[in-house]
Amino acid sequence: MPKSTCDALVIGGGLVGSAIAYGLARGGAHVELLDEGDVAFRASRGNFGLVWVQSKGVGVPEYQRWSRLSAEMWDGFAAELRDATGIDCGHEHRGGVTLCLSEQEFAERRRMMEQLHVESGETRFEYEMLDHAGLKKLIPSIGPAVVGGSFTKYDGCANPLYLLRALHAAFIRRGGRYVGDSKIVSIKAAPHNFSVAAGGRTITAPRLVLAAGLGNRELAAPLGLNVPVRPVRGQIMITERVRPALNNVVTLWIRQTAEGGLMIGESREEAGLDDTTTPDVQRTLAARAVKTFPFLRDVRVVRHWAALRVMAPDGLPVYEQSPRYAGAFVATCHSGVTLAAAHALRFADHVAGGALPAELARFSDRRFDVQDSV
Amino acid sequence: MFRILSDAGGATVAVLIDGRPYQAPRGCTAAAAALLAGESATRTTPVSGVPRAPYCMMGVCFECLMEIDGVPNQQACLIPVAEGMRINRQHGKAAVQP
Amino acid sequence: MSGGPDLAIVGAGPAGLAAATTAAEHGLNAVVFDEQAEPGGQIYRGIESVAAARNAHLAVLGPDYAAGLELVKRFRASGAEYVPQAAVWQIDAGRNVYYRSRGDVRIINAKQILIATGAMERPLPVPGWTLPGVMTCGAAQTLLKSTGAVPAGRFVLAGSGPLLLLIATQLLRAGVQPAAILETRPNYRAALPHLPRFIATPGYLRKGLAMLAQLRKAGVPFKRGVRQMRILGDERAREIEYEWRGRRERCAVDLVLLHQGIVPNANLALSLRCEHEWNERQRSFRPRLDAWGNSTVPGVLIAGDSGGIIGAKAAELSGRIAALSAACSAGRIGLDVRDRLARPLRRTLAHHLVVRPFLDAFYRPRQETVAPRDDDTVVCRCEEIRAGEIRRLVTGQGCPGPNQMKSFVRCGMGPCQGRLCGLTVVELIAECRDVSPAEVGYYRIRPPVKPVTVGELAGLDLDR
Repeated sequence: MPKSTCDALVIGGGLVGSAIAYGLARGGAHVELLDEGDVAFRASRGNFGLVWVQSKGVGVPEYQRWSRLSAEMWDGFAAELRDATGIDCGHEHRGGVTLCLSEQEFAERRRMMEQLHVESGETRFEYEMLDHAGLKKLIPSIGPAVVGGSFTKYDGCANPLYLLRALHAAFIRRGGRYVGDSKIVSIKAAPHNFSVAAGGRTITAPRLVLAAGLGNRELAAPLGLNVPVRPVRGQIMITERVRPALNNVVTLWIRQTAEGGLMIGESREEAGLDDTTTPDVQRTLAARAVKTFPFLRDVRVVRHWAALRVMAPDGLPVYEQSPRYAGAFVATCHSGVTLAAAHALRFADHVAGGALPAELARFSDRRFDVQDSV
Repeated sequence: MFRILSDAGGATVAVLIDGRPYQAPRGCTAAAAALLAGESATRTTPVSGVPRAPYCMMGVCFECLMEIDGVPNQQACLIPVAEGMRINRQHGKAAVQP
Repeated sequence: MSGGPDLAIVGAGPAGLAAATTAAEHGLNAVVFDEQAEPGGQIYRGIESVAAARNAHLAVLGPDYAAGLELVKRFRASGAEYVPQAAVWQIDAGRNVYYRSRGDVRIINAKQILIATGAMERPLPVPGWTLPGVMTCGAAQTLLKSTGAVPAGRFVLAGSGPLLLLIATQLLRAGVQPAAILETRPNYRAALPHLPRFIATPGYLRKGLAMLAQLRKAGVPFKRGVRQMRILGDERAREIEYEWRGRRERCAVDLVLLHQGIVPNANLALSLRCEHEWNERQRSFRPRLDAWGNSTVPGVLIAGDSGGIIGAKAAELSGRIAALSAACSAGRIGLDVRDRLARPLRRTLAHHLVVRPFLDAFYRPRQETVAPRDDDTVVCRCEEIRAGEIRRLVTGQGCPGPNQMKSFVRCGMGPCQGRLCGLTVVELIAECRDVSPAEVGYYRIRPPVKPVTVGELAGLDLDR
């Protein structure tokens, strides 16, 4: 079997893996990125494309801070990728609105925003609650059923598919080696020495990053890492291309892409490994969409897809280095677009440096250990 | 680009193609009517704005997207003409009524 | 749930019509959905109108077309329900059929489904093929059948396949003459082993030779072995340029009619997750079916050209065979009755399939016509993606297949949902990776396979 070595081996060519791989290559490492084939679950291909801060980490300020840090780095990150590859990720950073269709939703939203503000301490999370009139000034096409929404300036969006393409291209430009069709056969582990058999080859490296989404669960266990992720299905629809209709404002859960299609999201379903779309969710998404923006009634849906989010029990990312096998890291989250900048420009450096910082301790897998009652 | 054979029967239906009156053969599709009326392009693309015209005439290629009676992006090759039908070129992206 | 049909058939071409007729004969409650306003599919398009109002055109279109009239008459008399101008945009796991018909969205639940969506023209991507004034031969034939319209001005037929000769002679009989027929080189050597059986089949060779004779008599320039075609013009097609016998030639045109054979119209079956496999002989994907037309999805059958190209007469027979299977599954006839009734149909079907190996081999599209050499050729018409971009992503970034390609460059994301670019994208990736298209796979197709508005989805009556 052909053998090769490199400085760092990343398993998983989705948004998380390629961002980290790019970051490592950017730092001068010789990196290999192993990926599955053309047909795979690939949460990265089903993404809504938000660079979102305002809903993150209620009760977990570390997560709010990490998301906000990433969103702030995104402007420079998008420019860096564009300069390196010529690919425009379509990053927009103009703030975002979470729409509320009832007084109860609005009140709950206000509570959540206030809690984030209080918990934010020095980083000062600022938000604005807009009533219907205020929202109408921002987005004239909003329907009468919209009670209001929360606005923060931290939010934005990007094209997740172009982001992935740009990450791959930038990675390769930095000398990275991308290998598809490489389902992992085995991993032989020793501290700072990992041999991975995949795709008919063996690759050895002192650094190993597991970024294989749902596959992390199985891959992580022999390395002493506990990654109890489960699939949570999300369905999204997209319409035909139409002329600008949302005044360039990004909302949960409807936004207009640069090409003109309107994305309508997003369900959260416990469906196991089933990524088929369902008519009941189709109807629910469509009904809410029409209620929010009545003009959508006559706009045609051209595609409807489902993808499986990679969800930890508490919905937070999991970042950890194997205690038994130093040099092996796991990274998983369900916000691969938002965190792409932080993954590429921060997390990758931590991996290269061999240690995760205190600010990421909250995301350790030890939080899943069963507590012994005393 | 196309013309009706003289022995094709005479019944026609009055339609408007980009505002111009045209007597379309009864039973023909809006796309066929546009071609018979002498249109070469029936839309411009939403991607780059280049002109396009029907290609397959059987509902598969979606090149025949036109605005029919005010509704944009209709597959004109699947819509039989009706009296007074307004058949218009689709210019780029569909307009919405906010 | 009660009240829904025993058999929902999508497609009113020969397979669908024959299946409906047979199903009704055996007491099944069958419904046929079709996008067109009249039954007949593509091959028998407009046959009722032609027979009623343009009878003289039956002779123009020829006896093979006229034969469809009988099929349509029997369907009309069969008692099967017919829903014209109906676009089926989704069939879900519970065999609910979602369709739009004349502005209304409806759902019916069927006990069994038969997909008979037929075939479409294989895309023939050449530089300039997206210009106004470039259409398929099938499109011209459709205009003749459905409207009695013929090309005005100077037109050229280009490509390969039996339809090229057929449409040329039909147009001759209608009184118009192509300025030239530009035929790409058939595969003589590959077809040779199948030649004896082809010659032995009465009618086919005779028909072909008769058509060639008619064209020769009319003085239509027939250039064989044409390569490297390109269509020129800025706002519309003005010229077609090609290489023939070592020289580049140009021909002024008002209209170019392209043809390169037909391939299954597969999006509905794919959206149902019926497994498909690469058909090397016909250079396209076809569903995995058993001898009765059962797909890999329980309760879903496929008949006619959408199961693999077999031709109109064979499609009819495959429709009838599938209907027998459906009738048996519904408990209307026993296994032995089913088998007994199917036997003569299978014999006739086999007879109609004798010529296929020769035709498939002779007209198998060449590499340069399925994977355009000129990188500037538009591959995805909807999103305006060119061959060069696709090639670069494979060779430069290791893009393994059409789904990754789709997500990276948007090919297949436009309104046609990959119908016109899918095969080309697959062939380009296969060529760059130096593997078979079988290994490359195809787009993941999901509903809606035809557009439906957000408002219509919001109002779906799912709780019945």
